[in-house]
Amino acid sequence: MTSTVRRLLLLLPTLFGVSIVVFLLLRLIPGDPAQVIMGLRATPEGLAAITRDLGLDLPLHEQYVRWLGALFSGDFGRDYRSNVPVTQLLATRLPVTLELTLLSLLLALIVAVPLGVRAAVHPNGIADKAASVLGLIGISIPDFWLGILLVLVFSLTLGMFPSSGFVPFSDGIFANLRAFALPALTLATGLSAVLVRVTRSAVTEVLSRDFVRFLKAKGLPPRAIINRHVLRNASVPIITVIGMQFGYLLGGAVIVEQVFDLPGVGSLIVTATMERNYPVVQAGMLVVALLFILVNLGTDLLYAWLNPRLRGGAR
Amino acid sequence: MSMAASSRLRALSKPTPAAIGAAIVLLLAALAVLAPYISPYDSESMDFNAVLSPPSLAHLFGTDNFGRDVLTRALFGLRVSLIAAIGSVAAAMVVGVPLGLLAGYRRGFVDAVIMRPVDVIMAFPAIVLVVALAGVFRQSLGLMTLAIGFVYFPIIVRVMRGAAIEVSDALFVEGARARGASRVRIMARHVLPNAITPVLVQASALMGVAILMEAAISFIGLGVQPPTPSLGLMLSDGRSYMGDAPWLVICPGLGILVAVLGFNLMGDGLPRLLDAANRRRK
Repeated sequence: MTSTVRRLLLLLPTLFGVSIVVFLLLRLIPGDPAQVIMGLRATPEGLAAITRDLGLDLPLHEQYVRWLGALFSGDFGRDYRSNVPVTQLLATRLPVTLELTLLSLLLALIVAVPLGVRAAVHPNGIADKAASVLGLIGISIPDFWLGILLVLVFSLTLGMFPSSGFVPFSDGIFANLRAFALPALTLATGLSAVLVRVTRSAVTEVLSRDFVRFLKAKGLPPRAIINRHVLRNASVPIITVIGMQFGYLLGGAVIVEQVFDLPGVGSLIVTATMERNYPVVQAGMLVVALLFILVNLGTDLLYAWLNPRLRGGAR
Repeated sequence: MSMAASSRLRALSKPTPAAIGAAIVLLLAALAVLAPYISPYDSESMDFNAVLSPPSLAHLFGTDNFGRDVLTRALFGLRVSLIAAIGSVAAAMVVGVPLGLLAGYRRGFVDAVIMRPVDVIMAFPAIVLVVALAGVFRQSLGLMTLAIGFVYFPIIVRVMRGAAIEVSDALFVEGARARGASRVRIMARHVLPNAITPVLVQASALMGVAILMEAAISFIGLGVQPPTPSLGLMLSDGRSYMGDAPWLVICPGLGILVAVLGFNLMGDGLPRLLDAANRRRK
């Protein structure tokens, strides 16, 4: 338990650093926020009033403290354009991104883990060859290009799936999943490539251990050896990689949401960057970084739980 | 000839994936460098009599909605891809290698001072950081390249640091220390050459990643601006016409895929290649 607490405490400096990066990035970007808000209607008096309202005339460290204080009370600022609280925007955008990433993760797991296991059990077999091809092409193919190709084949030519757009869950789970099918497949490909490689090498390694030979000698059927013993022992590297790759999924979501016109956090950040809508960019980056950090923490904890040798504390 | 040597010879005569990767990279680099001399058309000249014409002998990969030759534009786009990849990885190495070496060799306080900020940068998915920086680099290829380098230098630092830690405990490093060699000399002459292999492998993989990143950023409209040809930009422009002219999205995407594949294949085989070179030197 103490190691869990220590890990949580170690997060604090990282979170502090993340907040500084996100805050400073806004100062780096050329252009005056007040000008962005007022646009063409800008008058000197109006600009001065907005600058005062936003606290932009204060020294940098005071601005930071004010901003951080507001964050802790749940105030992420307001959208410069629509004046809607940013938290409200995030509340509608985040579920879309989460559904996309979770569906992709699920899809990657369903395809890559069994394929990787089969490739390890039968080296040089068909599954092994398929795994090598997926492992190489999957990490090399640009996800936005794959998305475009999928649209070209499955929606423009075959008409099986919509080419873009989002259908909320409330419109029925089937329609919702249909809209997510191509984006999730696109996003899952890169992850599958990494996962199939890791699964294959992890299972190969476990298969070479003495206890597997013992179980075989004992006469346990191969299927039981794999399902009951090998997979559990191979799960640690697989889970670690999933945790590390979650950041890739979040990053990939930025692109995939753009390709398929999905209203997620990624497309929110991109649009806001183009419009110089700083509070939205900041909030989006914070949320994504926070998610990433939390998933890594969860992976660490799960890792320790699966692998008791790594648990700290009394020995 | 020993059996090991003859099997090594046989392995060399059969093209390894790494050799194929290196060949792809060299070929693409040659195409990119020679683009102005070998491309059949001018990258920006428009031919309104040949708008959206399908692949033919006159236009091997067809033309776009302005009647521009897709092959020519893809060759010039490849230049942009490679400039961004080489520039950003070089920048990441120039900053990352010394920092990682220092952190791994000195450990302790120096290590913490270097690694905490690195952890912070790595807390963001790379593309989110590049997108946010897009507001700063404002569509300049040079600045975008630096931004990509900035996002990836932490990876170089981490790999360099890990390798440096391992080598720093070796006997020959201790020997140099006992001989009274200076800290800089030990790091540069003893630790660095023996710890650089994993960094080079990582750098090769990062080249592929950087090509993808440049294409992605240009694709979403925050990178290279028209009329400069970029493979990512060609893809986003071609999307509007892909129902009638699928070649507009197939050719540039294939270009990106092959380039990234080349670097990945090369990176996969690099450890063995460097290992063999080292053995020959000794």
